[in-house]
Amino acid sequence: MMKLFRNILTCILLVVGTLTMHAQAPAGNVQMADGFYAEGKIYVVIGVVAIVFIGLAVYLFMIERKVKKLEEALKEKK
Amino acid sequence: MAKNWWKILAVLIVIYTIIAGFLLPVPRLDILNETIRNLYFHVPIWFAMLFLMGVSVYQSIMYLGSNKIKKDIIAVETANVGIVFSVLGILTGMLWARYTWGTWWTTDTKLNGVAITFLIYTAYFILRSSIEDEQKKARISAIYNIFAFVMMIVFVMILPRMSASLHPGNGGNPAFGKFDLDNTMRMVFYPACIAWIMIGCWVAQLRVRMGILTKKIIYDETV
Repeated sequence: MMKLFRNILTCILLVVGTLTMHAQAPAGNVQMADGFYAEGKIYVVIGVVAIVFIGLAVYLFMIERKVKKLEEALKEKK
Repeated sequence: MAKNWWKILAVLIVIYTIIAGFLLPVPRLDILNETIRNLYFHVPIWFAMLFLMGVSVYQSIMYLGSNKIKKDIIAVETANVGIVFSVLGILTGMLWARYTWGTWWTTDTKLNGVAITFLIYTAYFILRSSIEDEQKKARISAIYNIFAFVMMIVFVMILPRMSASLHPGNGGNPAFGKFDLDNTMRMVFYPACIAWIMIGCWVAQLRVRMGILTKKIIYDETV
């Protein structure tokens, strides 16, 4: 479980890292992935909502596993 | 995992509604503007809540017929998740109302109806916690649950339709009409309703399993 957490955290840090590097790119006609800045940055909001929901879903799956473990532990005890 | 495919499906559908709900075109309407997209998130929450309360009252009736304590556990846990969903529905509705009607809360029949519904179901849990004997608790709260469900239908579905209401879908104020729900929106709205109902059932199922475990471990009963 800790390993899974660490992996998720690393992924998030990497993504955040690339975002800040993106922000420092010089202005001009250089072609960059500017999609996330378009239309009043609505794509950032989509990202945030998606992260919140995926986080909750992962949490639910973790509870699911814990409940299952408890159910199996109880079955073995009997 | 084979039994859990519908949980993964629900998560995937909600992710789809988040992405498609933000990106697909919506009708350009005055006042509503882009907040029309709230339809994909606010309304499915309420549908999930209504579904869960329906399951709850069904299980309560089944309990009265069978006296099986498992049915009582399902009834109380689905109502519990339903309450959580109704709080989410009220909060999202308040935020939406602030930026379209200009106020967090008005004395609208629909709004007051859901507030009363919330109180009715809170009373359900207070009633339960006040009775010691297990079978007695289950029986009395099952009967109260039937009453609560009927009151909810009256306050949320019937009364708002009989009087003037700001809320769409009530008092001659259309919802799901051809003017405010076009076919593109249906492609997101209907999956969202189904997915949120499934998410609600998932959380309820987890709570039911924990309730059964508690009964087995702490009270050493077979359920």
